[in-house]
Amino acid sequence: MAEQLYYDDVSEGMEIPALEKAVTSRSLVMYCAAYEDYAEIHHDKDAAQQAGFPGTVVPGLFTSSFLAQMLTDWITPEGGIKRLQASYRRPHFAGETVVCKGRVAAKRVEGGERLVECELWVENAEGETSTTGSAVVALPSR
Amino acid sequence: MSQEQDSLITDEMRRAIGVESEPGVIEVERETIRRVADALGDANPLWRDEEYARGTSHGGVIAFPIAFHPSTRAGSPNASYESPARGGVVASDEWEFFEVVRPGDEITVTTRVVDFYEREGGRGRMLFTVTETTYRNQHGRVAMLQRRTGVGFPPRNP
Repeated sequence: MAEQLYYDDVSEGMEIPALEKAVTSRSLVMYCAAYEDYAEIHHDKDAAQQAGFPGTVVPGLFTSSFLAQMLTDWITPEGGIKRLQASYRRPHFAGETVVCKGRVAAKRVEGGERLVECELWVENAEGETSTTGSAVVALPSR
Repeated sequence: MSQEQDSLITDEMRRAIGVESEPGVIEVERETIRRVADALGDANPLWRDEEYARGTSHGGVIAFPIAFHPSTRAGSPNASYESPARGGVVASDEWEFFEVVRPGDEITVTTRVVDFYEREGGRGRMLFTVTETTYRNQHGRVAMLQRRTGVGFPPRNP
């Protein structure tokens, strides 16, 4: 793992290291089993196409989890996510690459916690935004 | 037709706001946590390597923050009303995290509808349903809250 990130190291406008994920049929089946989400459109291409989608639909919760992973890759083990929000504007489909990005919007100390507000978004390989979001993370100080 | 009759939100639906679902229980195992990390392709040792995790302030392996789907174990929040909307997609999700989840935890899950609202869109009037799922640990403390907004569309021939 990378070295621990500290509140002192973070500044407004700083970019969060991006996280890229190639979502395959296999990873979707693993998602469905691990999260016990058996909605057919997430693992059955025929069912997804009958519902009007071009392919198996990547669940919003999976996309949000990738955003959370981008954050935990950046802040763990001693930093934690306090809040995460994601709005799904267009779905991703099996076979697509999901690219999670973010930047620091603000930082503040509140109730003894060192909090960092982050602006988050998800793009496809063509750079189109599928999901927008935000998060608050707590970090240790030096 | 009055404004009231136009609404997709029925009295039955209004009465369902705030009504908690039957609780469901998730017994969290080390394997549950590993499977979520594997599905994500997340190699972070905090979710899987006990020796590494013991050297952190957590004192042991913890679960990836988003480890549960809101429908897992919780009773259905819409069991107590019939919605005139058809179809539906998830518009947004929001989580608040209060405590980490560890192997051996017993998480009690309940869900309730907290709001219905309507908006005009390209496909006609859309019905938004906001549900809140609460994850309480065996100590009776809320470990996580999830608020999900779903959007449904009116029937073609109302």
